[in-house]
Amino acid sequence: MNRIEKCFDELRRKNEKALITFVTAGDPDLETTEKLVYKMFDSGADIIELGVPFSDPIAEGVTIQRASLRSLNGGTNLTKIFETVKRIREKTDKPLILMMYINTIYVYGTERFFAQCREYGIDGVIVPDLPFEERDEVIGEAEKNGILQINLVAPTSHDRIREIASASRGFLYCVSSTGVTGTRSSFTTDFEEFFGTIKKYVRCPYAVGFGISNPEQAKKMAGYCSGVIVGSAIVRIVAENGRESVDKVGEFVSSLKKAI
Amino acid sequence: MEKIGRYGEYGGQYVPETVMNAVHELEDAYKKYIDDPQFNAELKELYRDYAGRPSLLYYAERMTKDLGGCKIYLKREDLNHTGSHKINNVLGQLLLAKKMGKKRIIAETGAGQHGVATATVCALMGLECCVYMGSTDVERQSLNVYRMRLLGSDVVSVESGTGTLKDAINEAMRDWATNIETTFYCIGSVMGPYPYPEMVRNFQKVISEEIRSQLMEKEGKLPDCVVACVGGGSNAMGAFYDFIREDSVRLVGAEAGGLGADTDKTAATIARGSTGIFHGMKSIFLQDEFGQIAPVYSISAGLDYPGIGPEHAMLHSTHRADYISITDEEAVCAFEYLSKTEGIIPAIESAHAVAAALKIAPTMDKDQIMVINISGRGDKDVYSIARYRGNDVSN
Repeated sequence: MNRIEKCFDELRRKNEKALITFVTAGDPDLETTEKLVYKMFDSGADIIELGVPFSDPIAEGVTIQRASLRSLNGGTNLTKIFETVKRIREKTDKPLILMMYINTIYVYGTERFFAQCREYGIDGVIVPDLPFEERDEVIGEAEKNGILQINLVAPTSHDRIREIASASRGFLYCVSSTGVTGTRSSFTTDFEEFFGTIKKYVRCPYAVGFGISNPEQAKKMAGYCSGVIVGSAIVRIVAENGRESVDKVGEFVSSLKKAI
Repeated sequence: MEKIGRYGEYGGQYVPETVMNAVHELEDAYKKYIDDPQFNAELKELYRDYAGRPSLLYYAERMTKDLGGCKIYLKREDLNHTGSHKINNVLGQLLLAKKMGKKRIIAETGAGQHGVATATVCALMGLECCVYMGSTDVERQSLNVYRMRLLGSDVVSVESGTGTLKDAINEAMRDWATNIETTFYCIGSVMGPYPYPEMVRNFQKVISEEIRSQLMEKEGKLPDCVVACVGGGSNAMGAFYDFIREDSVRLVGAEAGGLGADTDKTAATIARGSTGIFHGMKSIFLQDEFGQIAPVYSISAGLDYPGIGPEHAMLHSTHRADYISITDEEAVCAFEYLSKTEGIIPAIESAHAVAAALKIAPTMDKDQIMVINISGRGDKDVYSIARYRGNDVSN
């Protein structure tokens, strides 16, 4: 069983919600990323997403755009991220996901990419610019190597939710609202309806992300599903504190886990 | 759910889930109206009475004699209302947007030609308009920025990346994902997710259809060669499309070499690029070994893009069209040449096509015919050409 599936199984048995946290790999450098991963797991994160920086991240708001730029300017690339993952895997057996754009996988070589994911211990990938219709681009190699491709649904998905949700494995990534990543002061999505539709068709856990920035929001959103995903709010702490951000991120992650 | 909108291996619909239903909604509307007689009658009327179509096909006699090769005709898209071919596509898309009940239009622009065309048609149709433009382009095309504002459009200067066309598209896509329920994204070239490459080509193919009938009338035959500049590639697709099935017609795209296709200051996608997936499509892009999109450079803001439309990628890979790169210097010389030889100041983008023609025409026979697509007029470029030549024309 994949580590992501195992993680959700254990949480369900304990009647707990999953806390999924995100940092951009290599922001401000990969040594700090490694420390952040250990700290976030120690502080209650159940699954961690590592953002692979891309030159033109069209699904990201300014916080993660800037983090990507800082990381790329520091010389981060996929090969170096895999080396970091390899080191992390020597110390933890918790689920790790790469969040990345399709071009990074395609140009690296889809076959080589997924083989290395398996070799270094990546459990899943989230590809925001790869919609369900184009999943053939990766699904064969992903499945061959036991890597889960995490599908996304959005409030604008409407009648698409049925097919996407019912085909999902690992967990379904529910995008809280229209727009790009980044914190939001409030949401206009009709969550009862959105999650009602998802619940009808989904056969795996489902977690909500995009715009969740504090323990109160996390608590409220966790009420609708199996877990919450927090990204930009953590990346902002890293942006403000750089290499000194590890303890502050730890405190923030603890406060999120307590809230849900 | 099946794969659609492919040109060989190129094309597709690589966009975030948030916009997928909007892409499908557009696809449905496009399919419903593209062959609808009423829609086409309205579009034809706009082309004629508003844009000034058909554009002229002009025999460039002095240029022909000077080069001493084939007979050269210029397709005068620069004479269209707003000064470029961009109006053809914008009239089509915004007529469609109106049928779909969309009230807010967004667009990206490089040189400002697509932005001006979009702002113009929004004014005509009473639609709200927001144009994204890279900050570098805002600076080098300030006249067009003022034109857009004059026409009632918002112009958003995009600071990220290199502040050029690619960054403007990134930001327009983010706006689209945010305001998806109300907003129609009017893409300016034969790029992006399906149905855009096909739809934009179909709104531009009027160029090649007119060339065919105008040349039949004047010469009683097809051209032997059609030359057009290529950034994303919309004027070239428009000029090529009706001739793709005619094997005797050589199709030549002129891409922006910048300081040289063998330097890092280039936008020569075909010469230097590789296959990738970006901006909604699988196509050819300038990128590094890790798939990071390269910062590109050209004197021409309209060709300053690290990719090319997927149908061009196919025409290149099947060898149906040839793509050659033209340097800044060659383009500027061609800009000056056409101005002095024919009294026509071309857009610096179109000057790339003229430069390609200057190389090819002398190698062709006297009884052969070449058509150069003059995609836009060059008034907007006069300042930057003067600056390039070291002249100060500011007041």
